Amino acid sequence: MQLLQPPAPPEGGAAVRFHLRGVSMDFGAGKVLDDVSLELRDGEVHGLIGENGCGKSTLIKILAGFHTPIAGTLEVGGQEVPLPLAPAQFRDLGMHFVHQDLGLVPSLTATENLFVDAIARGLPLRTLSPAAWRARAAETFAAFDLEIDPDALVSQLTPTECARLAIVRAVHEMREAGFGRDGRSGLLVLDEPTVFLPREGRDQLYALVREVAAADAAVLFVSHDLDEVQLLTDRVTVLRDGRLIDTFRTREASSRELVSALIGGELQEFESHPRPRARETRPALTVRDVTGEGVDGVGFDVHPGEIVGLTGLLGSGFDALPYLLTGAVRAQRGEIGLGGRTHALGAMTPRAALAAGLAFVPGDRKRLGSAPQLSVADNMMLLRLGEFAVRGVMRDGALSREAARLAEAYDIRPRDTTVAYGSLSGGNQQKALIAKWLQSSPPVLLIHEPTQGVDVGARQQVFEVLDEAAGRGTAVVVASSDNEQLAQVCHRVLVLSGGRVGEELTGDDVDKHRISEAVYRRPPSREREI
Amino acid sequence: MANVTKRPRSTAPADAERAPAARLRAAARPLALDRVARNYGLVGAWIAIAVVFALLEPATFGTMDNAQTILGSQSVVLFLALGLMVALKVGDFDVSTAFVMAASAVILAKLNVEHGWPIVAAIAVALAMAVVVGLLNALLVVYLGVNSFIVTLGTGTVLLGASQWLTSSQTISGVSQSLVDWTIGNRLLGISVQFWYGVALCLLLAFVLGRTIVGRRVAFVGGSHTVARLSGLNVRRIRTGTFVVAALLSALAGVIYVGSQGGIDPSSGQNMLLPTFAAAFLGATAVTPGRFNTWGTFIAVYFLVTGITGLQLVGAQSYVQNVFYGAALVVAVTLSRLLVGRSASETDPSGAS
Repeated sequence: MQLLQPPAPPEGGAAVRFHLRGVSMDFGAGKVLDDVSLELRDGEVHGLIGENGCGKSTLIKILAGFHTPIAGTLEVGGQEVPLPLAPAQFRDLGMHFVHQDLGLVPSLTATENLFVDAIARGLPLRTLSPAAWRARAAETFAAFDLEIDPDALVSQLTPTECARLAIVRAVHEMREAGFGRDGRSGLLVLDEPTVFLPREGRDQLYALVREVAAADAAVLFVSHDLDEVQLLTDRVTVLRDGRLIDTFRTREASSRELVSALIGGELQEFESHPRPRARETRPALTVRDVTGEGVDGVGFDVHPGEIVGLTGLLGSGFDALPYLLTGAVRAQRGEIGLGGRTHALGAMTPRAALAAGLAFVPGDRKRLGSAPQLSVADNMMLLRLGEFAVRGVMRDGALSREAARLAEAYDIRPRDTTVAYGSLSGGNQQKALIAKWLQSSPPVLLIHEPTQGVDVGARQQVFEVLDEAAGRGTAVVVASSDNEQLAQVCHRVLVLSGGRVGEELTGDDVDKHRISEAVYRRPPSREREI
Repeated sequence: MANVTKRPRSTAPADAERAPAARLRAAARPLALDRVARNYGLVGAWIAIAVVFALLEPATFGTMDNAQTILGSQSVVLFLALGLMVALKVGDFDVSTAFVMAASAVILAKLNVEHGWPIVAAIAVALAMAVVVGLLNALLVVYLGVNSFIVTLGTGTVLLGASQWLTSSQTISGVSQSLVDWTIGNRLLGISVQFWYGVALCLLLAFVLGRTIVGRRVAFVGGSHTVARLSGLNVRRIRTGTFVVAALLSALAGVIYVGSQGGIDPSSGQNMLLPTFAAAFLGATAVTPGRFNTWGTFIAVYFLVTGITGLQLVGAQSYVQNVFYGAALVVAVTLSRLLVGRSASETDPSGAS
């Protein structure tokens, strides 16, 4: 990414208009923010990074007036503003937000999206003719080098164009409100707007952010992608477990320092991973060149009895893999080998995957995993209905006895399998789903976020069940962003980055800290250097 | 995995012994009164309005004759409502059923009356037309992904136009007496035989939907297309099948229509549209509330006609029919919404899982 010169940091004496002091926040169970202070200088891009749950979204929500902190103040232009902010007061202070979902309306044009705030509030634009509107939009886009047709529907723009449009809109609104260029400086908060963007085209987005900072405002850039923060920011603040660990001058901080601040452990040596020992068995599943949904040419093998973890940052593609492998989402290309046969993923369907011996427990139990209004037995036994039918007629007695047996074996509570699946607790729902997929002893089990929304006790049981399945020879693939869980259950972990396998951890390296490190560390690979 | 502690797992034989006990416990569970009230409230309402009208009009409404007439007159609506119910069960709208019914009746009457075809051959052609319409609906909705309401509204209207064109919008009458005999002429327990066709169809559908593997799959597809697809069910084939079944049952409704009227008015489909929807949706508030079901639909059809007959006998004008069906549809959908909403909040105390 040589397009961007490392920015010249603003002078130490640069004006500070936005200053958060000593903010603490508490949701009843311990502090989620503990005495956090942020000083945002005019003209700087300030990174805010931390792992999931570190408190960065809470901090942003306090700035936007959603949350009331238990302590702390906000100072704007030297004047203290009482917290919490009134709804939409942030506008009057010159603060504007671009969230991860960007807040664009896909069915409207770029012009309409640009002026959505004015439309919603019935501001003077009402009196402008559509042509004048369009001309103003074209002018605004030109001013930011945004080469999009003002009449284009947002649904037709590329993801990167959408992100830039959202940022331009925020800056436009900021200027309309009398901040930015030539006025008092504003604050632009970018809350992970890049997570789902492809690598290409990000340079233009970074250039736009730098331009905004130089002319208009302080920019607070929230991310958990270390690369990006190092590329784009002047200073970076690291949060961990609700505490401010440190604020670094980005140019002077090494990746090592940042990673260890981020995950709170010591950084290990880079190339120390032992090679995976050779296995006697033939792989149960071979994956080759899978591409699509942000995954870019991934290949790996999984052996019978092995539990392999897939992880990475949000947007790295790790969580798309199970869906691509089972045809739940159609891949552009790639193939899998299973039971001596090769299946092209371009034509894969969940039905074919199941027939080939690939069981898949999706992460979203409610939407993808179950019919919550049907009974637990109906949900659990769906794959085996044929076994309990004689000439098409169900043997309900035998079916419910088998369901009861499974409820016992997998410790599903309550044992009564006639209750609606949706009435079970998260942990029991997950156990029932795993029971559904494991009862036919598939050669390969793919599972996405196996313990999301699962209480601690059931979590352990889920691990045991996975471990036992592996003990019986099932090859298990776990896609999860929960590094602690991966460390606990996996024999081997593949860390994805930018859609590719960046690193493979085996043996002693399958450890919470080492996985986190690998996730956040810039991989020494080629594809990042464009 | 060293850090995963093993839990002793009970063996299969022990489980098998324990299972009957669990079943006993389930059987002994007292039937909650509010559940009975909720599931069979519509039956209660039906009985209640029947009693009220019988007391108000003992000479006309409160007679065995009237009861037999009411029961013997609704098979067309029942067949249509059951066909629609099957489509609704997998999550698809089918607005075309009433027009398939009319088109089937037109084909049957035209072939039999004007061309002298034997009745069985004419019925076969009507059923074949229904299969074609069902497949066309499925092609557009299931395979091309067009909204089912729009598609079936379109195909239904095309059928209405075709029916009017084939008959020059004239009523055809004079179909074979044997069809009339086998629809309304013959009676069993004093009720015309078409009622018993409806009962037989309910028994068949209740069995297929409730007791067979196909029924389970239909229920699951209705539960969630995505989940069913991820579980390896052939969702497209099942939805196609239900469109065809809906059309076939509608064509049979057309046969019964011709038999009970002795002929056909080609525009009659329009009058059947609302009663069909009202019955199917009202049916979803009974027996297994929140789900479209066979016996609920059966009860709903006769509840609605009882109400209308009673109102007419106490002196209401014929417009009452539209008011009653329209109101019933809105009330039914609202009730279903409330029932589903309530059970959803009951079943998910956490809301977070």
